[in-house]
Amino acid sequence: MERENKYEAVIGLETHVELSTVTKMFCGCRLSFGEEKNKFTCPVCLGHPGSLPVTNWKAVEYAIKIALALNCKINKYTIFHRKNYFYPDMAKNYQISQYDMPLSSSGYLDVDMGDYTRRVGITRVHMEEDTGKLIHTGVTGRISESEATIVDYNRSGTPLIEIVTEPDIRSPEEAREYLIALRNLILFLDVSDCSMEEGSLRCDANVSIRERNSSKIGTKTEIKNLNSFKFLQKGLEYEIKRQIKVVESGDRVIQQTRHYDSRTGTTKAMRSKEEAQDYRYFPEPDLVPICLKDETIEGIRKTIPELPLAKARRLEEKYGLPAEDSRFLANNREIADYFEECCRYYDKPKNIANWIMGDFSALLNKERITIKESRITPGDMCKMLEMVDKGKISSRMAKSVFEEMFTTGKGPEKIIAERGLEQVSDESILESIIDEVIKENPGPVEQFREGKEKAMSFLIGQVMAKTKGKANPQLANEIMRKKID
Amino acid sequence: METYNLTAHELNEKLVKKEITCTEITTDILARIEEVEGTLNSFISIEKERALSTAREVDRLIARGEKVCDLTGIPVAIKDNICTEGVKTTCASRMLENYIPGYDATVIKKLKSCNYIMVGKANMDEFAMGSSNESSYFGLVKNPWDVARVPGGSSGGPAASVAAGEAICALGTDTGGSIRQPASLCGVVGFKPTYGMVSRYGAVAFASSLDQIGPITKDVEDCASMLNVICGYDKKDSTSINMDAPDYKSFLIQDIKGLKIGVPEELMVEGIAPEVKEKVLYVIKLAEDMGAKVEKISIPGLEHALSVYCIISSSEASSNLARFDGVRYGYRNTEAQTLREMYRKTRTEGFGDEVKRRIIIGTYCLSAGYYGAYYEKARKVRTLIINDLKRAFNKFDVLLSPTSPTTAFRIGEKIEDPLTMYLSDICVLPANIAGLPAVSIPAGLSGEGLPIGVQIIGNTLREDNVLKVAYSLEKAIGFDKKPGL
Repeated sequence: MERENKYEAVIGLETHVELSTVTKMFCGCRLSFGEEKNKFTCPVCLGHPGSLPVTNWKAVEYAIKIALALNCKINKYTIFHRKNYFYPDMAKNYQISQYDMPLSSSGYLDVDMGDYTRRVGITRVHMEEDTGKLIHTGVTGRISESEATIVDYNRSGTPLIEIVTEPDIRSPEEAREYLIALRNLILFLDVSDCSMEEGSLRCDANVSIRERNSSKIGTKTEIKNLNSFKFLQKGLEYEIKRQIKVVESGDRVIQQTRHYDSRTGTTKAMRSKEEAQDYRYFPEPDLVPICLKDETIEGIRKTIPELPLAKARRLEEKYGLPAEDSRFLANNREIADYFEECCRYYDKPKNIANWIMGDFSALLNKERITIKESRITPGDMCKMLEMVDKGKISSRMAKSVFEEMFTTGKGPEKIIAERGLEQVSDESILESIIDEVIKENPGPVEQFREGKEKAMSFLIGQVMAKTKGKANPQLANEIMRKKID
Repeated sequence: METYNLTAHELNEKLVKKEITCTEITTDILARIEEVEGTLNSFISIEKERALSTAREVDRLIARGEKVCDLTGIPVAIKDNICTEGVKTTCASRMLENYIPGYDATVIKKLKSCNYIMVGKANMDEFAMGSSNESSYFGLVKNPWDVARVPGGSSGGPAASVAAGEAICALGTDTGGSIRQPASLCGVVGFKPTYGMVSRYGAVAFASSLDQIGPITKDVEDCASMLNVICGYDKKDSTSINMDAPDYKSFLIQDIKGLKIGVPEELMVEGIAPEVKEKVLYVIKLAEDMGAKVEKISIPGLEHALSVYCIISSSEASSNLARFDGVRYGYRNTEAQTLREMYRKTRTEGFGDEVKRRIIIGTYCLSAGYYGAYYEKARKVRTLIINDLKRAFNKFDVLLSPTSPTTAFRIGEKIEDPLTMYLSDICVLPANIAGLPAVSIPAGLSGEGLPIGVQIIGNTLREDNVLKVAYSLEKAIGFDKKPGL
């Protein structure tokens, strides 16, 4: 452990995000996932001779939105380049991407680490197109064991954004938190579904180590295939330990690309820099430069909603919530909106927050749906909270009412009426029941008179049994004490 | 009746007056093809059945009294690098020997909407790379004026077919003179419009920033008719100019009084055959007689035109032709055991020498370490040449020069010496480099009975001046010779 403390990691991330436009980056084909192979293709995204790309303006708009949210400078004159290399998933054997005149540069993302904030510099946000997918036939899906490879070009030409950070990240935890924060941010912008499982959010990491407090940067390796938050963290942890071992044993780290294997939790060398490809970048002659007007950029800026960090601060201030609660709520735009909607009908924000973070989240997670998809309206939710406050139902009952609201979408009054759940708070009804209980249980009544508080619980329990749990326990308690005394 | 010797406007008149049917015209053309194709080899594929059935349809349409436009029922040859749905489009390459496009190029759609007759797909240099039509995988094309000579290239087939009466008009592509040079060598009119006036969608790209589709016709009037059909904005081509095309026939005016014509010294120096020079001087005299002001001008940048052209066209070609890899369509070597081997063997066997030479040059020019010295420098010099030409157009309405330094050369004469071959395009390259409109019209015959062409270059979008001068000179020259085939 001590020798690991001697070093610190220097990490930079490259994240690819597929945009959720209706059509592809350079043709009119629909975006799709998991559909019949090569169904959504045309001469353009199949790279047929004579076809030409046409930029999808919506994708540019989305990209600008992301860049602005990451505090980037938008370059008003930006061009596409061709990145040339041969691979069957690339229909043209070049990828339309950006090179030395990207859409935007010099931004940052503040990552909340609990006890400190890490500001991660964003080098650039640029636009490109995604490739197709190779499917290796055979049971294992591994290339070495397959007889043939099928290319599915449905994904070919999907709008893709590359977000490159400065080497500002210092630990695998920071890397993980950065990616979570970035994902939340993009989800807030509603420009990508950011699904790591479906590959619409992908991340590669560059990592090197150096002695703590040193300012020089060591030789880096690039890790690929980090396709979950957990793998990003685990992969980096492994790679940092590996590099420390190499350096400690007197060797030097070789600049190379390494593949993360999630089964073994290790990284393996793919290719070294010496065999690096020459992509022969040059300006894409089939497209004209994009010239952005200030009004256009400002217009897009106006469409950016309040972002997680600012939202958390505001929720904390406006509703007097604990920091942890407001962070939880602010991390999901739908949840935050739901919370604020509830606050319009009901004036105890902490109560709402507790329900959302507790029972509600548990049910949502169990059903794998979002708060927006749930059948409980903010109005019904608030009605239920008020009924608890007014003693119409107990908090224990509330839980089961809430569950029924969740599954059926019925309002709380209706459920309570149907199940006859409303608490008995009518004193005359309660009095006659209590009279019966006193009559039937002379022993416990005597015990209570002798000062045994426990006997009271038993007597109230009998009242509850007779009312099938509907008696208002506080009221019953009061009446019982009055009668026995 | 030898209708194959008539122009489109002459045939149109007869069609409108119902003196002839489209079926008769087409039958006549097909008979002419039958007669001379064995000698010339102008076509890669002849669409006999398709032409005849379209012709019958057009006759019915005319009988019904539907609108007849300039190109209705006119037999046209289409260069085989322009995509035609359902009809093989080979680019004269083994690579695409059996490639059938699933879509029509925009120009083809436009021609179809006029009910033109496609007689066949015309022969060409492989992927439009060449100046003699000797690099076709489907055999060379012979010049109708002397079958021992080349027709020029790369649109050798389109030019030869129009000159020999195998088609009334043709569609070619011009990347570095590929319409004008063969038009000159075959004694016909060839027009390259302003870059962006004709959609490139569906023209198999050679060098995207230089390619332009244009007509090859028997006279300037037909040329204007073709331009009226093919020019105009196309949202599928991002480099297409977003403006309405003018009525090009309105520029067919026999009046150049006071018009200023510049004669670039750099295009009249050594290497220009005395007979060619003589003919150009004769044409200058005719222009002066009609009241035009003709002056010499020096455009020093033109000395670098060939170097700039070689680097830019080869660089773009190396990337544009990367898609021919055997994966999705076209030729594939099936014996290869690995992916790399499949790529290598497919491309080694699928491409001819000239294409490979240019891919190698282009790949080199774009490589890391050479990019700055070649591609980037060429782009800068390109800008200088453009500026030089713009300056010339401050003073002159059009520039006039020979189209080709020599008349048609002998088959095999330059094939072993690429540099000499490239030099035959020296006068036609500047218009591509600067995206300018330019035309070649026949100025007469040499002592050996070979056609000599003069070139008229206009400023960007000044097709009006080019057509006006071409039309006036055409009338003054009165060239009416036909090849004795």
